[in-house]
Amino acid sequence: MNIPTTLLGLLEPEPSHGYELKRSYDTLFADNGRLLSFGQLYGTLNRLERDGQIQVLGASPGGGPDRKQYMITETGVAQVETWLSEPERPEPMLQATLFVKVVLALLSDRPAARYLDVQRDAHLERMRELTTMRKAGPLSRTMLADYGLFHLEADLRWIDMTAARLDQLRDEISR
Amino acid sequence: MTILSADNLTKSFGATVALHGASMSLEPGEILAVMGPSGSGKSTLLHCLAGIFAPDSGTVTFDARRLDTMSDRERTRLRRTDFGFVFQFGELVPELTAVDNVALPLLLAGMRRGTAYARARSWFPRLELAGLEDRRTGELSGGQAQRVAVGRALVTGPKVLFADEPTGALDSLTGEKVMDLMVDTVRAEGTAVILVTHDARVASHADRQITVRDGQVIASGVQV
Repeated sequence: MNIPTTLLGLLEPEPSHGYELKRSYDTLFADNGRLLSFGQLYGTLNRLERDGQIQVLGASPGGGPDRKQYMITETGVAQVETWLSEPERPEPMLQATLFVKVVLALLSDRPAARYLDVQRDAHLERMRELTTMRKAGPLSRTMLADYGLFHLEADLRWIDMTAARLDQLRDEISR
Repeated sequence: MTILSADNLTKSFGATVALHGASMSLEPGEILAVMGPSGSGKSTLLHCLAGIFAPDSGTVTFDARRLDTMSDRERTRLRRTDFGFVFQFGELVPELTAVDNVALPLLLAGMRRGTAYARARSWFPRLELAGLEDRRTGELSGGQAQRVAVGRALVTGPKVLFADEPTGALDSLTGEKVMDLMVDTVRAEGTAVILVTHDARVASHADRQITVRDGQVIASGVQV
């Protein structure tokens, strides 16, 4: 999970306070109830600000981190764009990352179906490599390749099911 | 260089549009996977490429000849000499033995019986079927029957093999064996393959894949 870029993606539609960001993150992406800690949130926001990917829109009176409102910069938007556009290295158990990409793409009216197509091609390319490897043997290598192939196949099924239900998902998360 | 290509094909069945400007090309000896969900138009594309259906518009070119404007008789002859077919359920003739089935296309093409059977028998060791020549098809396992079907499709030395879900009725391990043998054989023969499948593992045996969606061809995530 790429937390910094995920936070940037959540900030892109509109500026937000830290606690609003945390709520959005936890609602959409908290994995098995593991919520984003405030320490992680503000540490990440400080680094993003230092790197020029977000800026503070002026703090409300009273001080304290929760008074600040954050806005994404052009550099930050470029970072989100780059991350979404690049396929992930095909490997087992990356559905969580793909899910985040799909949600962020839908939230920002980007072409989620196109990102899924690019990812599908990357998966199929890796499956071709593994199929070549499994044919070359020995059996131990064949079985290792099979392990990878079955996981990639499961990812692909998820990609196809998601591609078929993007409109429904868009309706659900924009409610 | 292209052995088979389709340009801007359309095909409708009543009010249902199956192909909507589909284009693709196949190189000699290339294995091309055609993927896509059910109802996407991939079977219709296969049937147009194989000259079984004529498209409503667009062109199909095989070996510099226009397939879409050929007469039925010419297309039938071409299918017998230059194309081979493997389907999901082997479609072997149940009353005949395995070697009868493989010899059948050669006999239909007018080859002498002795020559046809000698050639048909020569395919059995290549497909790891030695000793099963005289079995009736009902006595073969699913994987054996499908390998006989591959032999029958390739015995005439076609330039293009059309394989429609060739392992769809087999378990994973048997399916892999059929795919391995089929791929090794077409590589040795230099036969190009149109491999229609919804199974990514089967598609991963191909050199390249295209996806049919809503009657159009998508390659590398880009509509062509």
